[in-house]
Amino acid sequence: MRRVVVGAMGTVSGLVLLFSYHTSLGGSALASGTTAGGTTTGAGSDGSASTRTPTQSSSGSSSSSGSSSSSDDSSGSSSSSAPSTSSSSSSSSSSSGKSSSSKSSSGSSGTYTGQSVDTRWGPVQVQITVKNGKITAAQAVVFPQENPRDQEINSFAVPQLNSEAVQAQSGNIDAVSGATVTSGGYIQSLQSAVDQAHLS
Amino acid sequence: MGLPVSVHVRGPTAQGPEVEAAVEALFDALRADDALFSTWKADSEVSRIRRGERLLADADPRVRHVAALCEEAARRTGGSFDAWLPGADGVRVFDPTGLVKGWAVEQAAGDLVRRLGELGGHDVLVSAGGDVLVHCERTDTPDWRVAIEDPRDRSRTLLTVPLRRGAVATSGTAARGEHILDPATGAAPSGLLSATVIGPELTWADVYATAAFVRGADALSWLSGLPGHAGVVVSTDGTVRTTSE
Repeated sequence: MRRVVVGAMGTVSGLVLLFSYHTSLGGSALASGTTAGGTTTGAGSDGSASTRTPTQSSSGSSSSSGSSSSSDDSSGSSSSSAPSTSSSSSSSSSSSGKSSSSKSSSGSSGTYTGQSVDTRWGPVQVQITVKNGKITAAQAVVFPQENPRDQEINSFAVPQLNSEAVQAQSGNIDAVSGATVTSGGYIQSLQSAVDQAHLS
Repeated sequence: MGLPVSVHVRGPTAQGPEVEAAVEALFDALRADDALFSTWKADSEVSRIRRGERLLADADPRVRHVAALCEEAARRTGGSFDAWLPGADGVRVFDPTGLVKGWAVEQAAGDLVRRLGELGGHDVLVSAGGDVLVHCERTDTPDWRVAIEDPRDRSRTLLTVPLRRGAVATSGTAARGEHILDPATGAAPSGLLSATVIGPELTWADVYATAAFVRGADALSWLSGLPGHAGVVVSTDGTVRTTSE
């Protein structure tokens, strides 16, 4: 039991560090490991506590490209869409935040929901899968908060363009704003490269 | 319009058929507006108006709405943005292209956001010929990162703006050459390589970027006076300045 608890705490700090690291081109570390977490608890439970498996929404993102009708540049209109590898975070609205566990007769196996930990992204709850005393999968669940601060997050705020975060060239770009580019020029543009990276 | 448009959606049903249909509807809406407004299409309403075959007062409601927005744009920019520009013979004719570009995308993206709203929490980014519009419903996703192109080297960017809702529009000569005219002189403006505006609505970000580019030397001080907007200007000597200074 204690080994599982220590393992869970270690995983929480590892996952918290991952949250603050953006992977390239629109992906985010929150996307890792989005397998359905619904493994059932081990058999033979004493019934001392129940595990909670948050509902897992399958998440992903798609990108479509196309061009509207032609102008003087003869460009046909076509649209294509393909599944993208950059996926968004999973979320759920589970309400319980307590740690719990149950045991099976073959040693520690099952799915455990760890304690809620406060991070700058909000409270994080970790769900781990244990087989025979070893952690085989770990997954963090971020709960969206229905409070006024969230509305602030999505309201338009004039960006501080002289901040270091804005000036730094990090390479993680989702889109490029430039002077009007026609379909012919698009092929060579940086936006085209960004779109292709999202689509591939 | 001949604009390349890409749409990025992230969220629980982003790869599903409803989202695909909603994105298709956005492309359809842009094509429909192109059919109404394109000055390159001989049978568009705007082309008919320009040839005097149709009165603005009798035109499609969307065209009349855009004309009203153009009048408002001229007022807000002190005439730096003007949809009634001199043609080849010097006579002023209606050309709303500069405003329609951002407005049509904003309209279509608004409809997309509403449809996505029925499908749960999704985030959207629309990139259209150099304009970028974003809308986040989720609060557990990273900010969209919108970079501003370096007009001296279009494979490079100057800075990257994190955004959850809003729009980024850039006006300049980098892509197409001298296609923007100063309404006061009828000739191409000089003094800036590009002007970028970040604001809550794409229609106005586009108008202000165009107006700033036309203004040239006093673009930055004018942009600084616009509440709720940020701006970046690149001078012909390569200097980059922002309204945050």
